[in-house]
Amino acid sequence: MTKITRRKLIQTGLAAGAFVATTRCAQNPAPLGTPNNPAQGPEVNTNQIADVTLRMIGTGVSQINEIKQKAEEDLGFKLELRALSTEENNQIAITQPDQYDIFDGEYFSLPLVVPSGNLQPVDISRITDFDKIVPIFTTGSLYDGAPVNTSQGTSPIRVMYVQGEDSSEFATEATGWATLIPFQYNADTLGYRPDLVGRTIESWAELFNDEFRGKTSILDIPSIGIIDAAMVAEAMGLMEFADKGNMTREELDQITSILIERKRAGQFRAFWKTFDESVNFMSSGEVVLQSMWSPAVTAVKSQGIECVYAPLKEGYRGWGGGIGLSRNLSGIQRDAAYEYINWMLDGWVGAFLGRQGYYSAAPENARKFMSEAEWAFWYEGKAASEDMVDPFGKTLEKAGAVRDGGSFEERMGKVVVWNSVMEEQVYLVQKWNEFIAA
Amino acid sequence: MIKSWKAIAPYVLIAPQTLIFLLFLIFPIATIVVVSFWEFTGYSMTPAFTFDNYIGIFTSQVTLGTYLSTFRFVGLVWLFTLLIGFPVSYFLAFCIEDVRLQIILFLVCTVPFWTSNIIRMISWIPFLGREGILNNLLINIGVTDTPIDIFLFSDFAVVLAMVHLYTLFMIVPIFNSLMRIERSLIAAAEDAGASGLQVLKEVIVPLAFPGIAIGSIFVVTLTMGEFVTIRLMSGGQSASIGYLIRNQIGSLQYPLAAANAVILLMVTLVLIFAIMRLVDIRKEL
Repeated sequence: MTKITRRKLIQTGLAAGAFVATTRCAQNPAPLGTPNNPAQGPEVNTNQIADVTLRMIGTGVSQINEIKQKAEEDLGFKLELRALSTEENNQIAITQPDQYDIFDGEYFSLPLVVPSGNLQPVDISRITDFDKIVPIFTTGSLYDGAPVNTSQGTSPIRVMYVQGEDSSEFATEATGWATLIPFQYNADTLGYRPDLVGRTIESWAELFNDEFRGKTSILDIPSIGIIDAAMVAEAMGLMEFADKGNMTREELDQITSILIERKRAGQFRAFWKTFDESVNFMSSGEVVLQSMWSPAVTAVKSQGIECVYAPLKEGYRGWGGGIGLSRNLSGIQRDAAYEYINWMLDGWVGAFLGRQGYYSAAPENARKFMSEAEWAFWYEGKAASEDMVDPFGKTLEKAGAVRDGGSFEERMGKVVVWNSVMEEQVYLVQKWNEFIAA
Repeated sequence: MIKSWKAIAPYVLIAPQTLIFLLFLIFPIATIVVVSFWEFTGYSMTPAFTFDNYIGIFTSQVTLGTYLSTFRFVGLVWLFTLLIGFPVSYFLAFCIEDVRLQIILFLVCTVPFWTSNIIRMISWIPFLGREGILNNLLINIGVTDTPIDIFLFSDFAVVLAMVHLYTLFMIVPIFNSLMRIERSLIAAAEDAGASGLQVLKEVIVPLAFPGIAIGSIFVVTLTMGEFVTIRLMSGGQSASIGYLIRNQIGSLQYPLAAANAVILLMVTLVLIFAIMRLVDIRKEL
């Protein structure tokens, strides 16, 4: 070993310090994963049939490698995926239109994205199975008298159509031009640990119940969290909203002061921002009742821990995602993109997603790719006649289990409000920061 | 020819660094300053010259509250990293005679940095949680009957995690300063009859000031801009300026976020200048 002098040690020490400092500073801790969505690396592709490569940005499940592989196999061109958080997805869609060909986003981001003019309306006449899409998206009504028909917030139907081929303004009725073609959606509600709660949770109001002081959580994404808070406040009779998805400044002031008051009283254990966090809160027992996403409940259950996705009497908060086209697409690239959309609706993807608890935009098509038992469990709300296994081979539900909330019509029909972007969005974020800082 | 080359040589030599600074430091900061005066229309920003963003920030009580909360974290983290960092450095510099052992122990200090900071942070959660190791231990030895909640998702957890993350930044410069102290000075002080405590107070601590100052700059700047640790360890219940900015960026409110960033930069610079005024680092090095 070489002799080490004091001077050398000092130099090494400083260098190590500088190295540590630079690596620390260079880190940019991005938000953790989104639902079912670990960022997947690019992979080698052996398909040489077509030269087309479509670049896709998205938050959702379309970013799953299995779906990408199947699509490339069936369609013969290449896809390049970029998995992002909801916020990053919007940012890129709005500010970097050259970076993507296909936008996979949520309907509630459209009031932000569409005015930027970066999305090209989808020509509905080129979508083969458009008439098979669930009417929530195409006409706005599911069945007579369904609460979803009069739901509040950025319901998909409000942002489904634009006025024409070059328009970036929403149309109030069906036109031949769509913003996104839907492929997945669900109804969100509260999740709880029946073993720690000890009874059935039937109302949103329970989130603020003193009984669970210090054991609840709400999600810390302003546009979604505020709606969950509004559901609670309304259920408790504390206040009423003209439109929970588009609050006035006064309503925002009032709901924020309720939230701050509950926070100071120690109602919340913590807030979660990412899917993984909500799973950890629940499975570690830190939180017994919280706003949750359906795959998060599934993830908790797959660890062998009881978790219920509570059907609540006030109804659900809905969300929906779909595929849109970048303004830059033209010619053969655009043809490929339309092929992709049509493939997306064809059923294989719908079945793939259906096995994880999401709903497909064209359920009849998805059914063709699902077993009778799977269809009965996920869509009809019947008891599972066999173990329910997700596409990755994990058993989600044992035979005999029944889906929380029941059938498709019962769950989606009771959506009373959708994830939303409000006119007072800037003010909302300001008030939300106030709540976090309180 | 040679003469003129000599004249321009320093400029040529300095050019790459200057360019890098201009491109990656001055230009981005200038852009942020420019954007902070722009207007925001709900989904996009438009070039303008408005003070609205700044007025909004200075008239909101959230700003003050958030800065106070941030300062509190900075103060606590600085205090604890110093209280831990100084003795550790002292031990390494003066109590370990063998240079090889010194190196080994110094490397041991850097072990936590062999994993990403997210992992280091998250590893606290199963330890401190309601059903965590610490609470289980306390219940088993009978210190408490019910789990103690304040270990996790509290200010305590935030400070703990940040002290864990940043103590090394205090140790390295202080250790460096201590190693440069002439050992004969200490011998002289002892010969003159100084007690151990007096040597520490009159000789070692004053000579360690530059190290303490550099360490403080590291810790203060890192903590001022911190948002991930604060969010994860407080469970989103505590605010910091960094987190406020992050929320605004997430909602595409770039001009407002830029204005906040400019103010944060100013405040941090003021803190650093204050530290620099206390200790002339350049002279001491």
